Amino acid sequence: MNNVWWIIRREFGSYLRSPIGYIIIFAVLVVDGLLFNAFAMGTGAQKSSQVLENFFFFTSGTTLFAAIFIGMRLIAEERQTGTLALLATSPVREWQLILGKFLAALVFLCVMTALTIYMPLLVMINGKVSMAHILAGYLGIFLLGAAAVALVLLCSAIAPNQLVAAVLGAAVVTTFLLMWLLSRIASPPLEDLLAYLSIHDKHFRPFMRGIISVKDVVFYVSLIWVSLLVATRFLESRRWR
Amino acid sequence: MIVAEQLTKYYGDRAAVTGIDFTIRDGEVVGLLGLNGAGKTTILKILSGLLLPTSGRVTVAGLSMAEQPEQARARIGFLPEQPPLYPEMTVNGYLQFVAHIKSFTGDIDAAITEATAAADLSHVRDHVIATLSNGFQRRVGIAQAIIHKPALILLDEPTSGLDPVQVVQMRDLIRGLRGKNTIMLSSHNLHEIKEVCDRILVIKDGQIAAEGTEAELGKRVTTATKLSVEVRAAAGAFREAMAKAKNVAHFEINTEKDGVTTATVELAKDCREELAKTLVDAGFGLRRFERIELELESIFLELTRKEVQS
Repeated sequence: MNNVWWIIRREFGSYLRSPIGYIIIFAVLVVDGLLFNAFAMGTGAQKSSQVLENFFFFTSGTTLFAAIFIGMRLIAEERQTGTLALLATSPVREWQLILGKFLAALVFLCVMTALTIYMPLLVMINGKVSMAHILAGYLGIFLLGAAAVALVLLCSAIAPNQLVAAVLGAAVVTTFLLMWLLSRIASPPLEDLLAYLSIHDKHFRPFMRGIISVKDVVFYVSLIWVSLLVATRFLESRRWR
Repeated sequence: MIVAEQLTKYYGDRAAVTGIDFTIRDGEVVGLLGLNGAGKTTILKILSGLLLPTSGRVTVAGLSMAEQPEQARARIGFLPEQPPLYPEMTVNGYLQFVAHIKSFTGDIDAAITEATAAADLSHVRDHVIATLSNGFQRRVGIAQAIIHKPALILLDEPTSGLDPVQVVQMRDLIRGLRGKNTIMLSSHNLHEIKEVCDRILVIKDGQIAAEGTEAELGKRVTTATKLSVEVRAAAGAFREAMAKAKNVAHFEINTEKDGVTTATVELAKDCREELAKTLVDAGFGLRRFERIELELESIFLELTRKEVQS
């Protein structure tokens, strides 16, 4: 696990040493703040739990957007700059590399998400919402963001460069996002499968309302696990090509 | 000791390397010489563990690259053509990271001090890599390849993209690693190979066309003896003497000035004493009688030409 720790350390450090990390955080906070002010708060009277629900809805959007920018560079940048050769010729196993990269991105995502806490706290101070609702919502954001990062990380492992990784990642995340729409036009049993695979509509909405369901947690963890596993296998296969 | 047995690598249907065998002894500096696309980089990538061969086997210090890949890779330092650097890191931070992921178990600070001193980077240890010149960045690449004291250092075109001053500095740096390290470097630069390597592997179309020291390769490409001769005689008289002499396969008058003729003479077999006697008996003043040793450039051209002909 020593290798994983050093990969996390270097990767997280690279967000702090380069402008990209600050730009992502700045953009997310500005957009999230504007959406909170303009839409989540609403113009008319609303229950504070509804405001909180709206906040998590908009934050899920900015998190998915940020996940694409965080994940696109993870492997593709290493390939582009040639540093993948350093890692591939070191006694680092592919799963350690993928896990280290994923966890570093996740830590960054957590830092970014934590900076939005002032909005739910404002709702809590001025309204009546439970801390459990806030925690459930953030758990949902964390799982949704982690799943999106894992999917984009897989795309980054496949793509030859960051641009292709970003386009591919955005396409894959959007596809998972729109599964609920596809499920409406599909017939059974595909309908149920597509609905189940919907990364947001089916599995995130309960968290927005403060409900933590094991099956939703299992869905996100499974999606993350499969994405990381495929990314690992893909990197392993590159030695044969 | 590094042993490569029957290495073959295919990229799709195209064979990049076919059935290569070689051994590198401890402390040896071996040069891979070949034209672009000959298969040098593929060989280095296989030795470094970056690529797996389609067939064949690589052993590093007794460890099989296929069966114990992590342990074998820990004993290798690799500098690809494009140095694998993280530009936003400092030299110190980068080398610390490399030492850790290379599973180096010794004193890391001491290893960084040693590697930066060897690569002449001590004064830029705290500099951000992006702010360093191309030559210094390549030195950082060398430092990362030696930081964990590997059994084998692989350098792919180490002077590629450097200016002439940086090329000389890089060669000095590699020469400084000799004796303490086992090194394999690839280059299409004959001068570079000649300057720093103990032994040369000439690669052509993914195969070893020839192997040995410069002198051994020279012997391999020619059985004829080539001489540079200078005599005090008229060119006509010299021509006549050469026509009568035995075993002269070919000769060429180079200059004739003030009664002195210079020529290149190629003998079918080594009968230098006989030819010298012939010239003296003819009454020529023998001013120079010297065997021409083939330069690496000529050897390389000869070897590659031979292969093309065959």
